[in-house]
Amino acid sequence: MPGSIQSIERAAAILHLLADNPDRLGLGEIADTLDLAKTTTHGLLKTLLAVGFVEQSTVGGPYRLGTGLGRLAGDPLDPNALRSRALNWADALAGRTGESVRVAVAHGDAALVIHHVFRPDDSVQQLAVDVELPLHACAFGKVLLAGKTAFGPRQDDLLDSYTARTVTSRRVLARELVEVRRRGWAGEVGEFAEGVASIAAPIRNEVGRTVAAIGIAGSTERLCNPRGEPRPKLVEHVRSTARSVSRDLATRRR
Amino acid sequence: MSRRYVLAVDQGTTSTRAILFDRSGRLVALRQHEHEQHFPQPGWVEHDASEIWTQLSQLVPAALADAEAGPGDVAAIGIANQRETSVVWERATGRPIHRAIVWQDTRTAGLIESMAADPRAARVSELCGLPFAPYFSASRLRWILDAVPGARQRAVAGELMFGTMESWLIWNLTGGANGGLHLTDVTNASRSMLMNIRTCRWDRELLAFFDVPAQVLPEIRPSIERYGACTQVLPGVAIGAALGDQQAALFGQTCFEAGEAKCTYGTGSFVLLNTGTELVTSRHGLIPTVAFQAAGEPVRYALEGSIAVTGSLVQWLRDGLGLISSAPEIETLARTVGDNGGCYIVPAFAGLLAPHWRSDARGVITGLTSYVTSGHLARAVLEATAWQTREVIDAMTADTGLALRELRVDGGMTANNLLMQFIADILDTPVVRPMMAETVSLGAAYASGLAVGMWPDRTSLRRNWHRAAEWNPSMDSALRDREYANWQEAVTRSYAGPARPAGETAARAGVYAGTLSGS
Ligand SMILES: Nc1ncnc2c1ncn2[C@@H]1O[C@H](COP(=O)(O)OP(=O)(O)OP(=O)(O)O)[C@@H](O)[C@H]1O
Ligand SMILES: [Mg+2]
Repeated sequence: MPGSIQSIERAAAILHLLADNPDRLGLGEIADTLDLAKTTTHGLLKTLLAVGFVEQSTVGGPYRLGTGLGRLAGDPLDPNALRSRALNWADALAGRTGESVRVAVAHGDAALVIHHVFRPDDSVQQLAVDVELPLHACAFGKVLLAGKTAFGPRQDDLLDSYTARTVTSRRVLARELVEVRRRGWAGEVGEFAEGVASIAAPIRNEVGRTVAAIGIAGSTERLCNPRGEPRPKLVEHVRSTARSVSRDLATRRR
Repeated sequence: MSRRYVLAVDQGTTSTRAILFDRSGRLVALRQHEHEQHFPQPGWVEHDASEIWTQLSQLVPAALADAEAGPGDVAAIGIANQRETSVVWERATGRPIHRAIVWQDTRTAGLIESMAADPRAARVSELCGLPFAPYFSASRLRWILDAVPGARQRAVAGELMFGTMESWLIWNLTGGANGGLHLTDVTNASRSMLMNIRTCRWDRELLAFFDVPAQVLPEIRPSIERYGACTQVLPGVAIGAALGDQQAALFGQTCFEAGEAKCTYGTGSFVLLNTGTELVTSRHGLIPTVAFQAAGEPVRYALEGSIAVTGSLVQWLRDGLGLISSAPEIETLARTVGDNGGCYIVPAFAGLLAPHWRSDARGVITGLTSYVTSGHLARAVLEATAWQTREVIDAMTADTGLALRELRVDGGMTANNLLMQFIADILDTPVVRPMMAETVSLGAAYASGLAVGMWPDRTSLRRNWHRAAEWNPSMDSALRDREYANWQEAVTRSYAGPARPAGETAARAGVYAGTLSGS
């Protein structure tokens, strides 16, 4: 196999072996079966454990395939399951920020809103779920784009414009996404609708992949400081909510 | 900034939650753990009370750690619990003498049937306000005393303690065998058939009828009162409230006044309508229950429609049939089709509670054809929850003469948009979810916070209630009527023996009501 990397081959062999033995295997059994040194095998298993591809019920105990593997491929998180997990945290975010909350997932080339919590001011509001938002023109979409490595400035056609502030250049957007990735949240001010801003952060699954975005949307005056930047306090609420949901996904009930 | 949080414990049927709330009633930290369900025989459901206590003692510190808080930050603990689940333990050791018998358990159906045939039965129903059903806790206590060797003698000798889950947890939190407090709150006691629904005391006649020695019973206390301080888990922190989970949800929805109602959608679903200081009895198959009592205040009552199987039918689709891998995925499956395909599921797994009160009923699936797919079944499962709600709301409307303007909902199933829309459609009423779906915990938190002065009064809590979502009816009324008729037809088929006409069912509910409204 030209250019193959030995440690990846060996890791794959371990995964195949565990897949064939759902009842868990010990370190010794794995090393013997694959004819590898115990120290090598242990090193490989430690890495696989860290990324969630294998699991151990007790430290030093036998190994089996991790649930993180399923999430990696054809087993995306069900959006209705995601709503259930996010429900309590989304409510608390609306309570803390006084703004309406949305959870969105990538759906084709749009951000699909799967959960919506009203702004807690008891004004008349309509439940707006199953609504699609343009990925490049809202904070939710930017978070989702930043979570995919595939987005790059390859084509030179312009992105759809909604207001004078919409980012239409792929190159400019790609630069912004680098920044979103680096700081772990996205903001958008008047790029989709005049006078409306949004702030969002990534919900990650147990292997760290972005599976959804959660955040708030509301009037620019409320969400932004006088310099027109998202208020740091609100950003922090959004980020800590996203972390709570992510932790919930990694640990909680069926 | 000290004592800025209240801790709610929600000891539920499938899991226990520890939730920390701040002064604005916002969730700060949540820890949850499922406990094992034991099914030793068909119709039997048991929990290990010691397992639940151990889990609680781990959940609470974990929740505090999540919020970077210590016991000094917690003003009070409030407890909400699965109701009617009964446990008997040794006073000297804290060891349960039998696994807790869960509210869904029907082992005492035969016992209840023979008791209902007793000439004193009408008088018993009149005193406790409840129809004869294995659902309530008295027959479980009686069963344990009869079934466990030596239990009755030991009970009489004062060696045993009985309680529902709040009693068990409070006793353990306050020291267990070393001076633990043995008490129950009046809402939980109202579900036993041993308490006089008017005086709110254990009733000598009822105790004699069920043949239960008074020595095993906890003291009945108001729901909102500083009972004492924890010596375990959160040493020094006051326990300020205990309520049955459904009453806690009513409180969490801030339904403090007569005429206010909610429906909680969890394992089962329960509509409670606050009737104020007045005990209102039903002619249409609902039951009177205690809503809450603050120390020094009169008891507030509620009218309740209890539905045993709603979320647990979703779990059956998951665990029994394996059609979905998690409960919320039922919505995904149900959306693969546009309607129920003619299929209806009446989940009378252990008889039917309100408004039918038929312990002979058994589950049925009607309208099965080769056309029906797993998607149609998923729809029928969700629709069963909505139709059962409709039956209970219809009974409530018939009892009170007041039409519902909107339904306040909460609980895990409210995450299901398809279901919530369907409920709005078939009730022809807006359905509203408040900003905190964990209202059971919120109610326990509110109640305990009030007990220690975290909030000045109940009215001040109303400001925290906000609508988080609303579903508005959009179904054609002819379609709704047709579907309801199909459902009712399926319900009559769930009865053992020949189907009875609907009029006769109402008359039967009236028999219960007759025994209840004699005063
Ligand atoms: N999205 C959903 N759609 C339909 N049913 C759901 C959904 N999410 C949860 N459920 C059902 O709701 C129930 C869980 O809700 P919740 O946690 O409020 O129940 P609960 O009654 O409080 O639990 P407990 O019995 O422990 O008190 C389960 O029976 C589950 O099957
Ligand atoms: Mg519950």
